Amino acid sequence: MSLEYTSSEMMSVTAARALENGMTCFVGIGLPSEAANLARLTHAPDVVLIYESGTLQTKPDILPLSIGDGELCESALTTVAVPEMFRYWLQGGKVDVGFLGTAQIDRFANLNTTLIGDYKAPKVRLPGGGGAPEIATNAGEVFITLKHSKRAFVKDVDFVTTLGFGRDGKGRDNVPNIGKGPTRVITDLCVMKPDPETKELVVVSLHTGVSREDVIEATGWEIRFAEQLESTPEPSENELTILRELKARTERAHAGA
Amino acid sequence: MAEFLSLHDAVARYVEDGATVAMEGFTHLIPFAAGHEVIRQKKRDLTLIRMTPDIIYDQLIGAGCAKKVIFSWGGNPGVGSLHRLRDAVEKGWPRKIEILEHSHAAMACAFEAGAAGLPLAVFRGYIGSELPSVNDQIKFIECPFTGERLAAVPSVRPDVSIVHAQRADRQGNVLVEGIVGVQKEAVLAAKHSIVTVEEIVDDLDTHPNACVIPGWAISAVAVAEKGALPSYTHGYYDRSNRFYKEWDAIARDRDAFTQWLDDNVFNDVQHHAGETI
Repeated sequence: MSLEYTSSEMMSVTAARALENGMTCFVGIGLPSEAANLARLTHAPDVVLIYESGTLQTKPDILPLSIGDGELCESALTTVAVPEMFRYWLQGGKVDVGFLGTAQIDRFANLNTTLIGDYKAPKVRLPGGGGAPEIATNAGEVFITLKHSKRAFVKDVDFVTTLGFGRDGKGRDNVPNIGKGPTRVITDLCVMKPDPETKELVVVSLHTGVSREDVIEATGWEIRFAEQLESTPEPSENELTILRELKARTERAHAGA
Repeated sequence: MAEFLSLHDAVARYVEDGATVAMEGFTHLIPFAAGHEVIRQKKRDLTLIRMTPDIIYDQLIGAGCAKKVIFSWGGNPGVGSLHRLRDAVEKGWPRKIEILEHSHAAMACAFEAGAAGLPLAVFRGYIGSELPSVNDQIKFIECPFTGERLAAVPSVRPDVSIVHAQRADRQGNVLVEGIVGVQKEAVLAAKHSIVTVEEIVDDLDTHPNACVIPGWAISAVAVAEKGALPSYTHGYYDRSNRFYKEWDAIARDRDAFTQWLDDNVFNDVQHHAGETI
């Protein structure tokens, strides 16, 4: 009998599995942080997690609510100043993977965390770029994780805060000293990868119980599927237990103070 | 040599209407007590610089102190929007404000360049981002040695920077520990600086490579116990994640916000945030 789990848990476990042991990962707050720490607590104990607050090689016992929670500093190998973090560690080429979330993503994996609508008269003002614009270009590659919906997966983002492959898919061509860019997008429905030629996102793997129609319905462009469409491996009991314990510890801690 | 002043006197002396002010602290050591003092003294037309505006600038913007905000990530961390910032940008309440937005890398480099006395910061950034199309302070230059196209932004050189730290000794030397953000850079980049501290001690009792800002590089030191709450001070007290969550409802509503400001800032006789949340 298969285990019971939610689509969110499936997303976190799949995102966690994308990280290999020993990788150095610059971690965004929220879903990426959940996935990265799950990886560290399961198959990748030697993954190096870096947060933009300057915490280097951190091993938080609970997930941080903010990027600069004390837990991140206390469990880090060392904590450096923010300019050093961005200049030496990220721009200096010491980061294998940038792990990001986003509000909006388009077919060329460009990310929008700036606003919905027009810049001068926004319908919804979002927080802005933060570390993402330079994480996405200075890290060796980029993983992106977010929930799948038509609002989030749009044909063209309202604003390119952070480069995926540009509005024409060619944004990284002939740019020196730039990372590979997004290599996979993990959602609660599927895993996508950029087409090697056009850089348009293509579904390569469907999660258990998810149909092509479900993905089509939740995507704002005519999404393509790989010829060899795979089934995403299901979470193991161990992964689910560790994820649930991590989330329960986090909830208790954040409710406390 | 840093002068020991009350927080009231430090703000009254160094924060003038129309000034460019950086209150730094990357999630940690956010100088809330000083921010509240600026609100109480009804400073106006400030250009507020801060990588992450956080609740502190939400409060200053809602109180009508700001005319312009320069930032790189304007949210309530882990919770959602800064509703006072949004209300000012989207609806002009309590006044219209101008915003200028960057990325973190740009602002971190700009603070560092300011501390280094340079007019600009150069870095490998903003590639493919549309931020340069809405921020005329982002330019690109060609490396004279390799020809690589690099981003350039003006350095940050505030009229006054305000930061919070763990402690100062009696000469006004200040120890900053934990997540140090861009605090040292902010102090060194500014014409004047105010550092609030949890306590004054005889001896900083530190190690050779600690982040210590010499008293002679600081304008004023003021004691503000629990001066970073609801943010935190490493080694003294934790972040009030609960307050950050509660802020969402307070800040969503103009009346609730105004009431909160009256109760906790204007009528707070203790003059520090720590006792009111």
